[in-house]
Amino acid sequence: MDKPRVKVPKKVKAGEPFEVKVLISHKMESGQRVDEATGNKIPRMIINRFEARLDGEMVFSATLYPAVSANPYLAFYVVAEQSGELEFKWLDDSGDSATAKAKVAVS
Amino acid sequence: MRAPQPVRRVLVAAAAGVACFASAAEDIDWGPYEVDGRRSGYTYAAAETRAIQDDDFENGGLLWVEKGAELWETAHGADGASCQGCHGDAAESMRGVGARYPVYAAEREKLINLEQRINQCRTERMGAEAWRWESEPLLAMTTYLRHQSRGMAVSPVIDGPAAPFFEQGKAFYTKRRGQLDLACIHCHEMNSGNMLRAQRLSQGMSNGFPTYRLKWQGVGSLHRRIRGCNEDVRAETYAPGSDEYVNVELYLAWRARGLPVETPAVRN
Repeated sequence: MDKPRVKVPKKVKAGEPFEVKVLISHKMESGQRVDEATGNKIPRMIINRFEARLDGEMVFSATLYPAVSANPYLAFYVVAEQSGELEFKWLDDSGDSATAKAKVAVS
Repeated sequence: MRAPQPVRRVLVAAAAGVACFASAAEDIDWGPYEVDGRRSGYTYAAAETRAIQDDDFENGGLLWVEKGAELWETAHGADGASCQGCHGDAAESMRGVGARYPVYAAEREKLINLEQRINQCRTERMGAEAWRWESEPLLAMTTYLRHQSRGMAVSPVIDGPAAPFFEQGKAFYTKRRGQLDLACIHCHEMNSGNMLRAQRLSQGMSNGFPTYRLKWQGVGSLHRRIRGCNEDVRAETYAPGSDEYVNVELYLAWRARGLPVETPAVRN
């Protein structure tokens, strides 16, 4: 998997929700398309799981299905009481994974 | 660049009395996306689609820009040369290039577009193989280069040696073709703004290409789009990079003159 893109505000306030945006390049092959040359189905290959942890604690997770478009983009809100590190993980059908980290600075 | 948000002025005339009918007449100021009645495809896109384009994080086309930036720095071919080795910082050396292509190339005695210029550089100066049309690296490099002109007005040169090719492009644009016997103008000039089944017809402006198309789930070239249009009217298609398509590319650039380069635009 390619390097993901992650966006977290530079400074956040303790106890106040802030928006986190993540995007990763992935073809998200649905498994329903047919290869016109051979007539065979193109096997499903999607990111099926996304998890976000703040200092080890799960703060957001999503299970993805074949209807999700290529290059999935997710935006969600997180609350932090103190500065820490967000860790993101994407998993696809092949067992391949990608990770990214971002610092959260609470002021 | 975060594009300026179009200002929406909605006039609501409410009939007082028994029932309250609101008839909304929309008069939208599209800012840079409309020049003398020439409207970018942006102005025909759904609000949700425009929102994706306006946010560089959300805009999937930027993934191709990033890939192109990597390729720019990477050494290719037998000579171990990179684009950067000769051209330096693309933000400087390539600024404006995407706004004026395609151009007349004396050595070819015809027009050359951005994809062809990239491949010319690769084969003649870098000792590398040409990238296949619509391949990921060619799309990434083209998108990256044109992105350097984002926000600049499309300003092709159509006179001098380019003039006969411009005329050929114009002839292509106005010629009926295919089983449906339609020319480009029938949809994109006479019926722009009207619905074609579930899709709103745009003016067919080329200023956002290569474009991230939601239908394609990725970035595609202008020639791929023109081919799609040709197929839709059940006409014979030409090869991407063919003289026919490069000539009409110049005519399309002239039609879009003054509109900002939006690469990578987002369209449905």
